[in-house]
Amino acid sequence: MILKRILLLLTVLLFAPVDGGAADGGIVIDGSTTVGPIAKSFAAYFTGRYGVPVTVSESGSGNGAKSLINGTCDIAAMSRAMKSREIAAGATKGVSPKEHVIALDGIAIVAHPSNPVPSITKAQIAAIYQGRITRWNAVGGPNARIVVIQRESNSGTQGSFRELVMGKGVKITRDAETQASNGAVKNRVSSTPGAIGFLGLGFVDSSVKVLGVNGVMPSPATIQNGSYPVSRPLYMYTDGEPKGEVKRFIGLPETVDGKRIVEELGFIAK
Amino acid sequence: MTEEVKTDGQRSSAFVVSPQKRKMQKLAKNAGETLLLGIASFVAIIVLFIFFFVAVDAIPYFQLRGFTEFFTSTGWYPADEPGEFGALAIIYGSAMVTFGSALLAVPMGIAAAVCLSDILPFSVRQYAKPVIEMLAAIPSVAFGFFALVILAPLLQSNGGPLLMWTWWILAAPFLLLAVIVAADLLSARFAQEENRKKMALLLQSLFGLLAVLVLYVVGTKLNAIEIITGTNALNVSIILSFMALPTIVSVAEDALQSVGRELREGSYALGATRAETLLKTVLPAASSGILAAVILGIMRALGETMVVWMASGNSSHIPDPWYNYLDAVRTLTATIAGDMGEADQVTGSERYHVLFAMGLLLLVISFFSNLVSERIVVRQRKILSGQ
Repeated sequence: MILKRILLLLTVLLFAPVDGGAADGGIVIDGSTTVGPIAKSFAAYFTGRYGVPVTVSESGSGNGAKSLINGTCDIAAMSRAMKSREIAAGATKGVSPKEHVIALDGIAIVAHPSNPVPSITKAQIAAIYQGRITRWNAVGGPNARIVVIQRESNSGTQGSFRELVMGKGVKITRDAETQASNGAVKNRVSSTPGAIGFLGLGFVDSSVKVLGVNGVMPSPATIQNGSYPVSRPLYMYTDGEPKGEVKRFIGLPETVDGKRIVEELGFIAK
Repeated sequence: MTEEVKTDGQRSSAFVVSPQKRKMQKLAKNAGETLLLGIASFVAIIVLFIFFFVAVDAIPYFQLRGFTEFFTSTGWYPADEPGEFGALAIIYGSAMVTFGSALLAVPMGIAAAVCLSDILPFSVRQYAKPVIEMLAAIPSVAFGFFALVILAPLLQSNGGPLLMWTWWILAAPFLLLAVIVAADLLSARFAQEENRKKMALLLQSLFGLLAVLVLYVVGTKLNAIEIITGTNALNVSIILSFMALPTIVSVAEDALQSVGRELREGSYALGATRAETLLKTVLPAASSGILAAVILGIMRALGETMVVWMASGNSSHIPDPWYNYLDAVRTLTATIAGDMGEADQVTGSERYHVLFAMGLLLLVISFFSNLVSERIVVRQRKILSGQ
């Protein structure tokens, strides 16, 4: 009797995951915290419409790439393009990442709401992040030290920021504080009078002050026409050409509903 | 008569164990001992395994990059191409917050332990100790959240006054005590019998004035300090000292308790006051246990990750000047936690292995401090037992 039960249990345990996986064929997404809101809204929409479960993890663009290469996700959400090193690593594992641009995003340069500086130039931002400008009065602000806040090295936002503002290979100062997510950066900037930080545009709210760059404020219009200088595409990567449900999911940004979702979240539809 | 014999026989048969039963008992004893030995050695083996696997992944880093950069450079750009893996500033940051938290937690912890074991009445202690130990039950992420959301902005907005008040509250009683003792000693030494009281009063007022001046000057200096960033070494040191406190208090209090009544009563019987008994008898007798408590507490601070990741600011630089606790720092544990995400053998083996090198360094540090404390405890015990 007991033996029978144990056997039954074992059978169930053995077949359950295989059965489950084959039946629902869910999509697993991993990667950028910036792309996260889009991925989650797409997932909710997709599951509601087609009944396919979608799992979204947000662990940073670098992690997304790693998961795709290691075969633990179907789609890597990334806020930067894959590095040649990652593509090479994929090749050794038989994974060939295919790039899909799903939206455009601006990186907003933010400061404490009490900061009087309206706008700074790209060169000034670069100088601040290199540690060459350390006080706000050098950019027309009060005589106070600048607390430079950046993202950790996993962050696609950090990668894009460095590439767009500072140029390739230019290093961020060692004095910069490091925070782990867009939300944490916003929290620190909103509570620190001397702080400067960068955030995906979708994360900006009234707790921080957005600085104009070269006199242009980030907005859907200025990003679409290219006049706001710190903007970038957001990506999803698949292993080779997407097939089946994954293909349908990747096609969402082209649909009317997909564009609406992207814009509602504060990003710019491509 | 016969009945008596019968009962006697029954009684004795209750104590006589049959050979079969004896065999079973022996078997059970052996099985029990083996099980306990197995569990104990399992723990030891786990430690060895951790050491082994961390070392296996750490050694490739040193093979790839050597030792010089890791221990002497402060450039930490692991994601760049080519990457920089200078951990000096990070090691320094770890040392800084550990030292800072020890500086706060050790005196507080020992004082609290003495208070619990020798000063508070039993009925109060019964409730006070569990409350202090409850600090240990608070998850570290909650401490980190508190540090980031409450303490950091507070330090930024009211850092100077906060430092001033802390200084006043901490320094005033000590200075008061010092004034009284110094005046007493000096007057006893230099004044004649009849002038002693007058002299003491004079010296007290003189020293008192000096003490107030010191309090005031240092206080205003501290008050003028403007803390630019609240996520700094001071913030983390404060929080880590809270986290190390329950360990220190609990273990040190046990050590003080284990000194026993006999020693204390012996000391009182020789005419010692409570202060003398505490300082000259109880504390030296418990010193090895207190040292163990301190080492455990410091290890807790050194190994803590979540709080420092959230609240230290994570700037991989040596603060300027080097003792500036109001600057952001980065620690070994936070670096491992923060950089582990992307690091992978696939996307860059140096990046991956350097984190294990840091882990190995942490392991070696805690291993050696445990070893040293063990040696001190053994030596102390020898001295105390008069060998």
